[in-house]
Parts: sequence; C-alpha cells; structure tokens
Amino acid sequence: MENIINEYTSVAVEDVKIWFKAGTLKDFPSNRGGCIKYKNKQIAVFNFERRNEWYACQNACPHKMEMVLSRGMTGSADGVPKIACPMHKKTFSLVDGSNLNGEDYSIATYPVKVVDGEVFVGFLE
Amino acid sequence: MIKVIVVGNGMVGYKFCEKFITKAGSEKYQITVFGEEPRRAYDRVHLSEYFAGKSADDLSMSTANWYDDNNIILNTSELITDINREQKTIHTHLEKTHEYDYLVLATGSAAFVPPIEGVDKEGVFVYRTIEDLDAIMAYAKKIKQKGATEAAVLGGGLLGLEAAKAVRDLGLNPHVVEFAPRLMPRQLDKGASDMLQSKIEALNIGIHLNKSTQYIAGEDAITGMMFEGDDLLKVDMLVVSAGIKPRDELGRVSGLEVGVRGGVVVNNKMQTSDPNIYAIGEVALYNHMIYGLVAPGYEMADVAAEQILGNEKLMRESIDMSTQLKLIGVEVASFGDPFIENDEVTAIVYENKFSGIYKRINVTKDGKTLLGGILVGDSSDYNGLFQIYSNAMALPPNPEDLILGSRGGESSTMGSAMDLPDTAVICSCENVTKGAICCSITDGTCETLSDVVKLTKATSGCGGCKPMVVDLVKAAQKSIGKEVKESICEHFHFTRQELFDIVKINKYTNFYEVVDHHGNGDGCEVCKPVVASIFSSIYNDTANKHVTTQDTNDRFLANIQRNGTYSVVPRVAGGEITPDKLIVIGQVAKQFDLYTKITGAQRVDLFGAHLGDLPEIWRILIENGFESGHAYGKSLRAVKSCVGNAWCRYGMDDSAGFAIELEDRYKGIRAPHKIKGGVSACIRECAEARGKDFGLIAVEGGWNLYICGNGGANPKHAVLLAEQIDKATVIKYLDRFLMYYIRTAGPLVRTATWLDKLDGGLDYLKEVIIHDRIGLCEALESEMASLVGTFECEWKQVLEKPRLMKRFSHFVNSDEKDDNIEYVALRDQKMPKAW
Repeated sequence: MENIINEYTSVAVEDVKIWFKAGTLKDFPSNRGGCIKYKNKQIAVFNFERRNEWYACQNACPHKMEMVLSRGMTGSADGVPKIACPMHKKTFSLVDGSNLNGEDYSIATYPVKVVDGEVFVGFLE
Repeated sequence: MIKVIVVGNGMVGYKFCEKFITKAGSEKYQITVFGEEPRRAYDRVHLSEYFAGKSADDLSMSTANWYDDNNIILNTSELITDINREQKTIHTHLEKTHEYDYLVLATGSAAFVPPIEGVDKEGVFVYRTIEDLDAIMAYAKKIKQKGATEAAVLGGGLLGLEAAKAVRDLGLNPHVVEFAPRLMPRQLDKGASDMLQSKIEALNIGIHLNKSTQYIAGEDAITGMMFEGDDLLKVDMLVVSAGIKPRDELGRVSGLEVGVRGGVVVNNKMQTSDPNIYAIGEVALYNHMIYGLVAPGYEMADVAAEQILGNEKLMRESIDMSTQLKLIGVEVASFGDPFIENDEVTAIVYENKFSGIYKRINVTKDGKTLLGGILVGDSSDYNGLFQIYSNAMALPPNPEDLILGSRGGESSTMGSAMDLPDTAVICSCENVTKGAICCSITDGTCETLSDVVKLTKATSGCGGCKPMVVDLVKAAQKSIGKEVKESICEHFHFTRQELFDIVKINKYTNFYEVVDHHGNGDGCEVCKPVVASIFSSIYNDTANKHVTTQDTNDRFLANIQRNGTYSVVPRVAGGEITPDKLIVIGQVAKQFDLYTKITGAQRVDLFGAHLGDLPEIWRILIENGFESGHAYGKSLRAVKSCVGNAWCRYGMDDSAGFAIELEDRYKGIRAPHKIKGGVSACIRECAEARGKDFGLIAVEGGWNLYICGNGGANPKHAVLLAEQIDKATVIKYLDRFLMYYIRTAGPLVRTATWLDKLDGGLDYLKEVIIHDRIGLCEALESEMASLVGTFECEWKQVLEKPRLMKRFSHFVNSDEKDDNIEYVALRDQKMPKAW
C-alpha cells in the first residue's frame, strides 16, 4: 500500500499524452463525484455543474490512503472549488490539489474535457 | 548584479533564499544555490514521516517552480569541491568555476558514525537523507523476507528515537542502544528520561542503556552488536543515529577558521574568518556551539541575509534551545535551562507513573522567575510555560499551579494569550511575535486566520503554536469590534437557527436556492449537510431527496468505516428481536462475509460491506421485515430499554413496550445531531436512560422524564424535566422538547451542549415546554405531528427506484469492486488491514 501515493502525480493539461474516455455525461452525477478506473489508477471525477466546471483527482485520500474522495462533498473555499474527504473532512483544492486545512499532504489533479457529451480525463501514459 | 552563492540546499539554505528575496534591495542580487543531493530542499525535521507514507515531494520545502519564479538558479547533484578566496570563485565536481561576491556556507551536517569495528558491514546505515531512508527501506524489506525481525538504532537521543520510530514503521522490532545511562541525556533529567523510557518500552521497543559497543558482528552483513562484557544483541540491521558532525570540509580546504571539534567559526554577523564568506545552520560554530535545531538555523539565515544586504541585524548572544516534540507518540518538551540546580533555584517536580506524566519547572527561590523546565507525557502546558519563561513574566502565587493547574477552580493559570507582551515570540520557528500577529488583524492587512498564516508564516513550522495563534487572532478580531459570530461557515453569515427560519419562511427545497439568495459561493461540507438536515426536519424528506448535499453516510445510507467499506445497522426497536430475525441477520453476515458486533444501542452492526453490496444486503433485510436503523443519520438512533415488568421481578412498567413505541414515533426525524433515548422500568436503571438525550424511568405513579444527557467525550447525566407523569404527557413533552431542540440548536450540537448554552438553562426550558410561556407549544406540537407518521424507510425507497441505485457502485466505468480493500484476521472474524 506504500506505493499508492506514488501512483498519482498531477498532470498539466499541456502535458497530456492520452485522453481517456471515462464515460458519458449521464454517468456523472451533478455537483458530485464518480470514480473511474484507468489502468491501475482510481480517479475521482467531479461534474461541478453549478460552476459549469469539471475536475478530476486521485481517488485515494492522502491522509489514510482509502479510495474514497469521489464519495466526498464538493464545495468552495474563497471561491476555489474543493473536495472534502468523507473520512475526516480534510479538504483539497480541485484546481491544484493543495491541502486547504494547512496540513502537508495534498492530492494529484488531472485535466478533464467534455467533447460531444463524452467525458475524457488526461494522463501522461 | 551582485552574486551570492549558497552552498548547500537544506532547510537553512532554503530559508536563507526565502528570507533574502523578500527583503528590500534584494533585486540587485543574483542568488545561485548548489546542492549535492538530487532534489530540492526538503523538511528533514519530519523525515520519519517518509516511512509513514509521505513522498519526497510532500516533504519538499518549496514547489517545483519556486526557484524559477524567484529568479534563483538551483543546481542540484553538484558538489562544491573548493573555494578560491583570492579570486572569489568556487569550483564544482563537474569542473565548473563560478564567481561570487558573497558566499554562504549552509552545508549542514552529516551523521556522526563512531569508529566501531565492523561499522562498514552490510546492513549498517545512517539516518540523514532521503537516499539513506530509501536504502534502509530496501534493506528492511529484503531481510524481512528472510525472516528477520530485530533491528537496532545506535543513539538514544532525539534523532535516535526518531529513527527507532522509523524502524518500527518498517515492521521491525527496534532496539535503542545508548552509551549514556539514560535517554536524551542532553534534554532530560533522570526522572524525565525514566518516564520516557517506560513509555517507550511499553510500545515494545527495547532500550539498552550503558552499552559500549565493541564491534559489529557478522560475516559480510551485520548479525549482531557485541557490547562490553561479551553481551551480544542479535540484530539484522543497524541504524546509526548517534549525533551529527558539521560538514566543514570546504572551510578546512580553503583555510577558514574551524573549531577543534569541527564547525566553521562565525561571529554574530554570521561571518566566517573571511568577511565575504558566511556560514549558517549546523555547519556554523557560534559561541563555541553547533546548534542542531531548526529555529536557530532560521535566525542565522535571516542575520546573514540582512548583513549581505548591508543591514545591521546581529545574532543573539544566547540561543534558546527550547523544544517541543512527539517522540514515538510520546510528548516531550524542554525549555530554558532544564537542569539548573543551585542555592537560588528550586525545582518543582510532578511525577505520575500511573498516567506516565513527568513535569519539572525550575523556579527562583523567591518564587518570582521561571528559569526552565521539562515535560514528558503531556506537553500541553509548553506554550504557556515557554512564554512565561521567555518574557520573564510574573508567576502565580503558588508556582506549582503552573504544572498542576489551579486545583479547585476552572480558571487557567496561564492567563490569556492576550496578556503577553507584544514582543513575545509566539511562533519560534518563524520568529513571529504576538505584536505581528495581532497588528496584522488590527491594521486591516489580514481578516482571517488563514490570511495571518499566509502573511506571517506563523504555525507553518512545527505547528505547536497553533492554539495560541488561533486565540490571538480571535481576540484581535474582537478588539476591533469585528463580530465573531457563530455563523455556520464562509458561505452563510447566519446561525443554524436563523437559517432554519429562512428556509421555513421562504419554503426553500433546494440547497442552491438557499445559498444563492442568502449566502455566497458553492457551499461546503459544513453548510450542505446543515441545510439538508433542515429540509428534512421541516419537510420530513428522506436523505434520498438531497443526495448532493448529504454527507457520505447519508448519501450511501450507511456508515463509512476505516477502509472505505460500510457498516449496516437494521433497526431493532427497543432492542427487542425475534429469533427468526436474528437468524436472518446472521445469514446476511455470512453471505456477505461481514464482521458482526452488538452495538451499545442494542442492535447488531454488520461491518465491511462493499459499496456495491449494500442494495442486495438491504433487499434481503427488508424482505425479512427489517428497516433502516438510521445509524448513519443525524436523527433518532435507538431507544434502549431494559426488559421491563413482563419478565423482570423488579419492573414497575413495560419499559420495552414504551421504548418501541417512542422509537417508532421519532424514527427517521432529522435533527442537528444524533438523538438517543432510553427507558428503564425501575430506578435500577438498566437501560442507562440518564445517559441519553431523553430518558424515562418508571416510578410509583408514572414516569420520570429526563432530558439532555449523553455519553461520548463529555459524559453528562440527563436532568429531570418532569416527575410521575403518564405516557401521554411524556409524549407531549417529548414532542415539544425535541422540536424546540431541532429548531434552535447549532449544527452538530447535541442536546446537553444545547441546554448548557440556552439562556436561562433548564428553568427557562421548563417554562417554554411545560408552561408554554412564549406561546410556542402548539406550533411545536403541530410541527412534530407533521413529521410523526410520515416515516418512510430510505432503503426501501432506494430498492424501489433503480435510478437511486446508481450511486452504489464503486466505479462509474467498471463493475469491479475497490481492489484496494484488504483484511486481516481479528479473533474469529476479520478487520481492515492497517497500512
């Protein structure tokens, strides 16, 4: 399990090599998350409908390494869209993955694009 | 451009850069940093967390582009081999030469390895860099596969104990070997280290004191340590953590003055014997001392930066070595002079072997001045004591109150943080004073705690000062008349009660309607569940209706557990259950391989259900007559009961029957927090009714009704609301009481705390719900009446509507279950694998 965290590194949109089709619009509940499987990764995808924005991040909470972030609650802090982990309410920016509670651990984020009703998540490999 | 070269990219070298670039005039300087390690500067203080799962990136002091963004040139994996002081150039191992105007040596220290025979054997490591840690991890893994279990750490000081924790995190049994007769001899006295030792030994960590190691045994790889007196300790790995030695090689080859036992000599400007060369951190020998703590290193970095920029700042004469930390989970702190003992000083010692606490303060004989002290096992007094010591503040009449608390009273002996002088250093890692924290609020630069943290960096080091910073920020906000209102969160400037009224009056049914009209932003994990709970309390909606704003437990109608699986609790009203239903629970648990446990609320909890299995589990349960027990909801949980007069020879009434009736009446109703009830058939109180939010005890002539009790972190007995009343009156009062609580309590405030905060307390509550003083009773009763009887089982709703089932699948794009979940055996059942 030590290796879980090493699986996930943030991907910038300009570095994307592979756009993986994660599903269609109707697969993702509005203003909530859904988890997708890509190779050995679990990625939480958020349809932040209220903001008309999509985000994706690692599904593992970096605090206890449980695969639960997709089940967390979306929200905002000072206008920054965020996700609250359902286990201990640690919150993370969905934009850059930073920890909003002032603790050290953060999460990896991934770019999302929606084309013709299909949802794609960007990866390096 | 004036050229500044920093040699060494550790914490202090990084801090030098960080401080330098924020200072006036720094734009005329070009900073170039050389580090021999392959990565950016990282937090060595928290190195052991690398074993606990942090990545090298997590430990990094800066973001990847920080150096670029600030026009600092960073060269990693490049070692400086020589300095030509005449030509003011440095030479690197890549045969490159660079010119400098000022050179800053921040090369730090290396692990000190005592000259013991065989210390070069395979399996002997030092504990200093991430590369060391990688090597230790790889080796531990290898020997564990061969069945090795024991590993030693040489050195019982601060670093040694940190290393012992790391060894333990790797799954080996650590043995701490120390030459001195006690642990942490530099920071702790005998009593304190004995206490620390017994606490650490209780964690199955071997402590071997007074041990002089003769040689390391083993052919090629270590198999043991031989101590004086033919005493062999069998271990398969050794981590040497016996101290540090300054990396002063550059100083030596270039002819700078160095100390007898190492370290580049500096003056109070942090200048070496060459005025253009500075030394800071653990390589600098200041006042004949090497300072192995971060705080003095940071201060040296600041002094060197100011000096290079032509300013006057000097290093303090005496350097504070106070420290507070957690070693293998044991709190340890020492401040000032921890050992001082002479005719003018009295030590006050408190030792509690039962709780494992040792406290010592050294006070002048006149009882006026605190000179230092030691805390082991409980260092919560550290911040207060350190402030009193460092600001030479007056002591209370009985100085022992400082460590014992003022016995018999509630008031704090430390006084309030606001009593400190403005010059008091609150965050010693970043050297932030009380004045700086408070001013940032009062002069309008900052509005919130996070603004203050961003501006001053207070709390960003070890974090020990956080409680004080929070208090100071609150007090400063108050001092400028900024209302510190108990509003729900940043999205709503209302209390829960105000929001309740807003929703009710405007008949809102959607979270975003509420936040758009009366709040701002997109909501969060605090306000969304509050609003969802208010909707439910007003309209008796089940959690299915507000899925988006429900917390995880409500969203999935089950309680999330340690490994991300869920637990299932069917309702067993009053704890009364038929054998057939018990068998069904057992069959479900077997079919889905669930861990079962009887809960405190007289029901059975089934743990370890995969998200995807929840609907099928509930289908079987519901087909067999069960319904949701709402163990996940902020709502009525259960009404506990004793068996009552049907069977018990002491029973005065049918407690089980009444409990079932009450549980059925209030089940599913959402509240600010969970609600529990209890009914006992006599004053022997087997149902523990007085530990509940509402409790009934049968007495001669009726029921005694108690309210606002709870167990939990702050147990509280319920208080008597009415005596010897009949069942109908009980229900009438309970309807009013519960509805009044639901309307007015803050989020996640249980009845006991709610009553504590209610103006007028119990007497006022009696006036409201018994004597109807504010004319509210009719409304309360009719609101409750609209909730009672409209109960619907949430799980039944889910199973009837396939649309609602979609959320019970771990993956959107696969039917697989989460493969991250692993179990280990627990007695006759199982539990989540710890990692």
